[in-house]
Amino acid sequence: MHDTNKDMAEQVIRMSGVNPRKCMKCGKCSGTCPAYDEMEYHPHQFVAMVEKGRIEELMASKSLYKCLSCFACVERCPRNVEPAKLVEAVRLLVIRQQGKNYLKAEDLPALLDEKIPQQALVSAMRKYSK
Amino acid sequence: MQRIGVFVCWCGSNIAATVDVAAVAEAMKNEPGVVYTTDYQYMCSEGGQSRIKQAIKDYNLTGIVVCSCSPRMHEATFRKTAVAAGLNPYMVEIANIREHCSWIHKDKEEATEKAVILARTAVAKLMLNAPLTSGTSPVIKRALVIGGGIAGIQTALDIADAGYEVDIVEKRPTIGGRMAQLDKTFPTLDCAACILTPKMVDAASNEKITLYTYSEVESVKGFVGNFSAKIRKKARFVDATKCTGCAVCTEKCPSRKAKNEFNMGLNNRGAIYIPFAQAIPNVATIDPEYCIHAKTGKCGICQKNCSAGAIDFDQKDEIIEREYGAIVMATGFQPIKLDNFEEFGYAQYPDVVTSLEFERLMNAAGPTKGTLLRPSDLSHPKTLVFVQCVGSRCSADAKDGKPYCSKICCMYTAKHAMLVREKYPDTDVHVFYIDVRTPGKNFDEFQRRAVEQYGVDYIKGMVGKVTKKGDKLMVQGSDLLNNEQITIAADMVILATAIEPDPSAKQIASLLTASIDTNNWMTEAHAKLRPVESPTAGVFLSGVCQGPKDVPETVAQASAAASKVIGLLSKDHMVTNPCVAQSNELLCNGCTTCEKVCPYGAIEYKDKPIVGPGVPRGTIRRVAEVNPAICQGCGACTVACPSGAMDLKGFTNRQIMAEVDAICK
Repeated sequence: MHDTNKDMAEQVIRMSGVNPRKCMKCGKCSGTCPAYDEMEYHPHQFVAMVEKGRIEELMASKSLYKCLSCFACVERCPRNVEPAKLVEAVRLLVIRQQGKNYLKAEDLPALLDEKIPQQALVSAMRKYSK
Repeated sequence: MQRIGVFVCWCGSNIAATVDVAAVAEAMKNEPGVVYTTDYQYMCSEGGQSRIKQAIKDYNLTGIVVCSCSPRMHEATFRKTAVAAGLNPYMVEIANIREHCSWIHKDKEEATEKAVILARTAVAKLMLNAPLTSGTSPVIKRALVIGGGIAGIQTALDIADAGYEVDIVEKRPTIGGRMAQLDKTFPTLDCAACILTPKMVDAASNEKITLYTYSEVESVKGFVGNFSAKIRKKARFVDATKCTGCAVCTEKCPSRKAKNEFNMGLNNRGAIYIPFAQAIPNVATIDPEYCIHAKTGKCGICQKNCSAGAIDFDQKDEIIEREYGAIVMATGFQPIKLDNFEEFGYAQYPDVVTSLEFERLMNAAGPTKGTLLRPSDLSHPKTLVFVQCVGSRCSADAKDGKPYCSKICCMYTAKHAMLVREKYPDTDVHVFYIDVRTPGKNFDEFQRRAVEQYGVDYIKGMVGKVTKKGDKLMVQGSDLLNNEQITIAADMVILATAIEPDPSAKQIASLLTASIDTNNWMTEAHAKLRPVESPTAGVFLSGVCQGPKDVPETVAQASAAASKVIGLLSKDHMVTNPCVAQSNELLCNGCTTCEKVCPYGAIEYKDKPIVGPGVPRGTIRRVAEVNPAICQGCGACTVACPSGAMDLKGFTNRQIMAEVDAICK
């Protein structure tokens, strides 16, 4: 395991309060997920990848933003693993990276949609540009 | 003055790797009373024991301390050793330097220090030990079996076969239990009724066995070999001696609101009913909750139609008092309630059923006469989805479900899937599984047959949710091996529901002062070496009340419990524990606190002449007296006694204080 990945896995586990070792690999989270087909890594894989320390792959994956945070997986997990909280923790990890700008001011006009409230744009700028 | 020998055991490397045993033996040389110390590799071995015997003779020892494993392991062994060398068995003390020391410490220096303290404590107590002599109490040669399912029946048959009287108390109107509800039994697929009903008949016709059906144990007193139980025989409102079991009344009864428990509530029964055709006793029972006559005083249709004149609306509950030498728990199980597992839609959709309900739907004596019809519209289901581990294997901190594997579901699901494919080849059968757990003779072969010969589609994954679309149940789940989420349009969904102990077990366990675990399963005296005995002497465990089991295992355990009971009943007398309470009459102030806290009813208050220093001649006081035959030495009275009059032999207040002082030295 890559050292930074190991550190990051520990950080994800600490931030989320989730113990991925509790997972018994039943797949109920993936069986219940409404965004399953949109995802590259499905909820049960997400848990397994955190357990194995494959955090960089998760951070680079679009799956991270396909999770609706509906918490169906949290609600139904028989082992109380709470996969959605892991997703949220990895998202936070992405956001907390310094010097990585995901949103540049000059890209904004192309993304504009009149239905998006202005407040959302402001908060997106705050979150995704450092 | 005592002459004490201290024997420090290495237990191979179990103790010696963490505790400096030679240092412990050396340290004990300086303790008051100690005249001899040694250490040895295996003190419990024949070599070790003969060293103890030799030392007792050579050094004229009056007591020994063995520093070894838990007294639960080898106290009895070393007591026998002491007796063989002419010592009183109660002049033996064990210092537990394995479980309490070497196994739980890593640092050798610390562990050695603690071992020395534990040894010193045992020596301090032994200094105050006095020889004790066991008494005897008679054994009543009759057993009580609580629960009349396959476990209780098998235990009773085996005990009766050995020539002892047995009573079976069953709370339902018939014996037979859960097994009577099953259709076929794995792995041989013989019909449950065909193999169970002959045993039910055997139990009923055996002259040594008395059946108390529709009865409950109300209270239990006493102790091993000498229990006394009160059994409430509930009123059936039918004279069992007259009823012929013709069942005319059950057809004529106009009340049809009661759920038929035998069919898991899938249909209704009359207020007067016989649970099933082979019920034993084959006698009708009136359910007063639904009986129109019981509610309004009018009706009596059953009475008018009974040619035997067996209906007796004035029948009252009867209390039977009996004495028993041994009690067997065989209280069985029930499926858990699925109300909180909303994702499976059990409460919403009638075609989502539990496996036990499915058993009834496949059974020739069930509500559909054995034709598989789905409950909502009585149509023939084409696509069936089985879901395993529903409510089993849940995290202990999950809001619902049980943390254990229910053990029987993998096999009965394979059985159901196979039976459906055999009977209805036009069906598609899918099974969602997390793991297939089929250890057991011919079990894995059985499950493979379902896949390979019957074409049952096993999907590794779990169902996330069940919804309804038209007349189909949309089952959405994950197929982990193909890494996809799938949705199956099903006609029926069968949930392999977790099992839990019958709710009566908890209450009966407290009557018997027998212990249960966090899931209400009965606890064994030793998980590995005494699996059919409860820690409460004279109480034995048979069948699923101890933990999930299939029929073959239940029968094996039932027979094992019976053999333990037979072993007990074959004795004329029991040797009693001499470590019982005794009251110092000079100190007793007659407050009766001890009498109130005694769980065994061993303490009585009597007017007694008191003779002692400072007591005027002819003084009579009301003081406590302990019946040593009933006292179990629990010590509750010694703590409750406000005047310090009550003491426990072998564990006197002085001895306990000496131990505390030795630890704190």
